[in-house]
Amino acid sequence: MRFMVMVKANRESESGTLPDEKLLTEMGKFNEELVKAGVLLAAEGLQPSSKGARVRFSGTKRTVIDGPFAETKELIAGFWLFQVKSLEEAIEWVKRSPNPFAGESEIEIRQVFEPEDFGPALTAELQEQEKLLGARMAENAKR
Amino acid sequence: MQARLGDGVIDAVWKIESPKLIAGLVRIVRDVELAEDLAQDALVAALERWPKSGVPSNPGAWLTATAKYRAIDVLRRQALHGRRREEIGREIEARLGTAVEDPDAALDDSIGDDLLGLMFTACHPILSPEARVALTLRLLGGLTTAEIARAFLVPEPTVAQRIVRAKRALAEAGVPFEIPRGPERDARLASVLEVIYLVFNEGYSATAGDDWMRPALCEEALRLGRVLAGLASEEPEVHGLVALMELQASRLRARAGRSGEPILLLDQDRGRWDWILIHRGLAALERVEALDGKSGAYALQAAIAACHARARTAAETDWGGSWACTGGSPGSHPPPSWR
Repeated sequence: MRFMVMVKANRESESGTLPDEKLLTEMGKFNEELVKAGVLLAAEGLQPSSKGARVRFSGTKRTVIDGPFAETKELIAGFWLFQVKSLEEAIEWVKRSPNPFAGESEIEIRQVFEPEDFGPALTAELQEQEKLLGARMAENAKR
Repeated sequence: MQARLGDGVIDAVWKIESPKLIAGLVRIVRDVELAEDLAQDALVAALERWPKSGVPSNPGAWLTATAKYRAIDVLRRQALHGRRREEIGREIEARLGTAVEDPDAALDDSIGDDLLGLMFTACHPILSPEARVALTLRLLGGLTTAEIARAFLVPEPTVAQRIVRAKRALAEAGVPFEIPRGPERDARLASVLEVIYLVFNEGYSATAGDDWMRPALCEEALRLGRVLAGLASEEPEVHGLVALMELQASRLRARAGRSGEPILLLDQDRGRWDWILIHRGLAALERVEALDGKSGAYALQAAIAACHARARTAAETDWGGSWACTGGSPGSHPPPSWR
């Protein structure tokens, strides 16, 4: 099963401060360990929300809101995608991570839905949509 | 709410730590059976201790230290049989090396080499393919005998026997614990790749009604392949096999319809393919190309799989454009599981 492992943002990450060399080295070591164990599928760090935007939906209306966003704790600063056997295994790996920030930080672990989890709700029409999406992603993968 | 310590936690720690632990112990005691026993003893100790004390902050080091003390004990007892006291000291010194002063460092220093050595040992050609598979899953996958039995649809005692005999065969043949070099290396590596691909195919052939342990073999094989790709990154065929497995696994959920009927590749709903795995497969294939290993048997099959993965629709499949179709050498042998 797969888990999205998210590093919660804080004032430091939102200010755009880059991690120091020591943390980069430790993080690099941890990531290498994940790769070597065959656990890591993907990982990215995110720029502060000042460089992002939100699209708010209300019925059929869409409103674009530019970053930064105030509620720092609800933002994420980076993520890993793990392939492991259980939530416990994901937790054990996360406990081995260096603290992503000086002081307090939080890393949230969430299980990823697999298509079969949706069961009959995934209608033929939705599958058709997914198919188009897949096709476009294939196009991107070629680049 | 703080999480409680269930059996799942110790299982998870075991899954993460046991291959490294066993590999390090095999290097020290030079015997797969003894190493596994020592590791199991450490696990039993953890099962007794951790529910009361909590999981230590570095569970790997705890297991290693526990196993090491038992190793010293065993070696000392072995040495007592018929040898003089001063020899015992030297024996322990020689066999444990720096392990006596700094067990963590001794086990940590060469973890990569130890794991690779253990893979080569578990997949040694003197063992039957079934034995290699069982031993690999047991020692490197951290699977229990019961799990292996369920996955391969054979009785548990059969698997247990296979593992016991395999360990004995390795000991009797005096198989050295090492990473083979020179001309032997290719053949030995081929055996490791074959074992991983056998495990993958066993999982791939699982059908809807099967026990979940069977399809889980695909994930296990992928994991072993990714681990091997980290340990032997200079070997193009390792990346070829990983590419092949990632690309094949990307279609796992698209190959059967709602009622479980098989759907052939060209008719599959490409939206159900797993695009993360396709991405990874294509990246592994790039590493094959960078290492100039395009004519390898696994690389060739992976390249063919990639022709499909790159096409948005079946009609757009670029049959002729890939080096799989144009640059393949007729002399390269397909692996046995390809037949």
